[in-house]
Amino acid sequence: MLTAAGTLVVPAFIKPFEALALDELTLYKNLVVVQLSGGNDGLNTVIPFGNDIYYQKRKNIAIKPQELIKLDDMQGLNPNLSALKEIYDQGWMSIINDVGYPNPDRSHFRSMDIWQTASDANQFLSTGWIGRYLDSNCQSCKFPYTAIEVDDSLSLAMKGKTKKGIALKDPAALFRNTNEPFFKEMMNNDKEHLDEDNLGYLYKTMIETSSSANYIQNTSKIYQDNFVYPSTGFASQLKTVAKFISSGLKTRVYYVSLSGFDTHVDQTPQQGRLLKQYAEGINAFLKDLKQNNKLDDTLVLTFSEFGRRVEQNASNGTDHGTANNMFLFGGKLKKQGIYNAAPNLQDLEAGDLKYQVDFRQVYGTILDKWLDVNNAQILNQRFNTLNFI
Amino acid sequence: MEKKENFFKVKHLYNRAGFGIAYPELEHLSRKNLHKSIKELFSNAQKITDLSTVDASQTRQQLLIQAGLNGKKDFSPEEKEQRQEIIRKISQKGRDLNIEWIQRMISTDTPLLEKMTLFWHGHFACRSGNPLFSQQLNNIQRKYALGSFKTLLIEVSKSPAMLQYLNNQQNRKNHPNENFARELMELFTIGRGNYTEQDIRESARAFTGWTYNKDGDFEFKPYIHDTGSKIFFGKTGNFDGEAIIDIILEKPATATFICRKLYTFFVSDTPNEAHIQELSSCFYDQQYDIAAVMKKMFEAEWFYSPENTGNKIKSPAELLVGLSREFFVTYNKPQVLIQLQSSLGQYLFNPPNVAGWPGGRSWIDSSSLMLRMKIPSLVLNDGLIDFNAKADPEEEALLAINRKPKIQKKSYINAEANWEKFLNTLPKNCSTADLAAFLLQPLPGSKIKSLTTNSSDLKKTAIEITSTPEYQLC
Repeated sequence: MLTAAGTLVVPAFIKPFEALALDELTLYKNLVVVQLSGGNDGLNTVIPFGNDIYYQKRKNIAIKPQELIKLDDMQGLNPNLSALKEIYDQGWMSIINDVGYPNPDRSHFRSMDIWQTASDANQFLSTGWIGRYLDSNCQSCKFPYTAIEVDDSLSLAMKGKTKKGIALKDPAALFRNTNEPFFKEMMNNDKEHLDEDNLGYLYKTMIETSSSANYIQNTSKIYQDNFVYPSTGFASQLKTVAKFISSGLKTRVYYVSLSGFDTHVDQTPQQGRLLKQYAEGINAFLKDLKQNNKLDDTLVLTFSEFGRRVEQNASNGTDHGTANNMFLFGGKLKKQGIYNAAPNLQDLEAGDLKYQVDFRQVYGTILDKWLDVNNAQILNQRFNTLNFI
Repeated sequence: MEKKENFFKVKHLYNRAGFGIAYPELEHLSRKNLHKSIKELFSNAQKITDLSTVDASQTRQQLLIQAGLNGKKDFSPEEKEQRQEIIRKISQKGRDLNIEWIQRMISTDTPLLEKMTLFWHGHFACRSGNPLFSQQLNNIQRKYALGSFKTLLIEVSKSPAMLQYLNNQQNRKNHPNENFARELMELFTIGRGNYTEQDIRESARAFTGWTYNKDGDFEFKPYIHDTGSKIFFGKTGNFDGEAIIDIILEKPATATFICRKLYTFFVSDTPNEAHIQELSSCFYDQQYDIAAVMKKMFEAEWFYSPENTGNKIKSPAELLVGLSREFFVTYNKPQVLIQLQSSLGQYLFNPPNVAGWPGGRSWIDSSSLMLRMKIPSLVLNDGLIDFNAKADPEEEALLAINRKPKIQKKSYINAEANWEKFLNTLPKNCSTADLAAFLLQPLPGSKIKSLTTNSSDLKKTAIEITSTPEYQLC
């Protein structure tokens, strides 16, 4: 029963940045998950301008060929993503078209649940896919700070059965909270409460939170961040992640999100504003990492719970759809640019795109090739991997 | 000794069957026979009052206008404004309903009834964008909370909220939608492993024609009902929905499934199969009488055994309601109750999915635990809120309408605890150690003891004790 307490002793690796051996620093390949909440309209994000059906179905909201950023003869980026153009040209970006799952659900909540737990459409899991990765207790994921979400509360994706990620918006604030005299006194370890019962679990969680807060704060505060980010909430989440990565935090998964994509009414300005925030944030983040020689160790994954219907609605917006594109960023992408064919706008299912790639193949590829765990163990069944990394 | 033991038992009973108990009442009941306290809980629970925040005709009117606008091709600026206004109002009504219920739980004199309603709220988990439907379903769950499970099940199955949520509106003859039939068996009655895919397909046919009309009332539509013969659980017949429910209830496995859920909600995260079997036989023999099985549970000796006391993690609702009840808290800005529920991971009326909140240790992660331990000092001391809840995915549309990004301002919780009233309920000469023993269900360990020996200030001790890991348990 006291072995649990044994793993809580942290200070051994609280050493200055410079004291860490180089290989220790690069051992940690990072995954950064970016969630676009609300169902981003993928067809107005990466526009299939080479297909006339796109213009027929979206009379009022289609992006004109002369306005968009052409990637090839078929697809181009929304002009608000102009900050991604140089990223794309550097070979740091990969676009996977038509990602989804069988029997798609059009409810935000349910579909987000499915994406975060990596379940089938008719299955209810109470753990997330990153949480189960933490549960797997692999060599590199055993610390309580293996997965960090830059927010005040933790997403289901980050919750495992026995282990969970840690949510924090500001390392200094968490540090202050866990170092308040009263909490410190409660945490002052007299080993009395570290049983396997629920009270022991609460004490263990509290002590782990405190030691993680100390570790994160002490490790990251010595790092001087001088890269300039746009002044948006989204960019500041990424700036925090970059600071953690560059200071050599032994965290493997980071989670950030941007919301407001449920554009049923007057989509164009709303989505444009969000895409601009997204692109400019990602641009700064990747360049910051490049400058710190961390881009090769970082993989960024962007998803949204669903795409939107091919045809626009009567309010110059779009309604809930199914398959969508996903973006990957990093310095070590195997397949750069557009990964697979543009969506087929002719062969629809009740007005919605048919998926070509199961999102769990994308997760599975990352689990196998980037996080070094067998994806079948995490996803409850084996998914074939793709070749983007 | 007898009295002291009874004191502990009554406190446990009221923690689990309700949301805690005030000192004078506890003192009074611990002098009585425990059976009497149990009986009293049940007789109080007969007083049933519906939630009523959502006005039916007003909501219907709004939805009618909205439906009319939805059919239009182009909007004038006024129509656009009107449409957005309706979306805002409906969403506000949903929040008002949430607040009415949580305030009800805080002040209720029928705690068992509200606790049972909370149980059914998680068992028959449902989300609806229509606050009127949500209110109807909640009132069904309260009305039959301690009645016949069969009636409750049928009424829930016929509620517009559930028909809509599980797509039974789309379940028609020759085009069956199996969603409702699947969840009926997987989550509401018998559980996985007790039915086949064929049972799902056949029972889905039996529920064709179960719909609701535009007034939000149940309507059976014979012309889309499949009257053909069905094979269900090995029986053949022209079954309708109620016949299917009867066949499911004939299986003792259904009683066991429900009792296992009751056990994990009211007794312990760790199921004891022998105890569950005791409950299950009672439930089955008593024709699924919910009150009968609950009485059996509260009368059982094992309900009060050490492994089942002070070792259950409070749900966020239990924590918030318990704390607010205990200290007679008034929320001057009740919206904050929603922010708290959401930050703690249990936004009532918005369960994660049809399986409900998983409960137990899943309530706890680093951030939720820190927040739980901070809330008492915020609520009892009118502290500054410096955290934000995640936006609920269903509110994304609302976010998208608001052009300006929401500026996250720090604000005071704006709540007042009635300290005078609270302190007056305590016995004369109440020591800080007595207070700790009263506020906590787990037995005070050395940490708690050192907190109380260092202080004689009851108010300060109350805030400290409610900020401990021990207070998370009941």
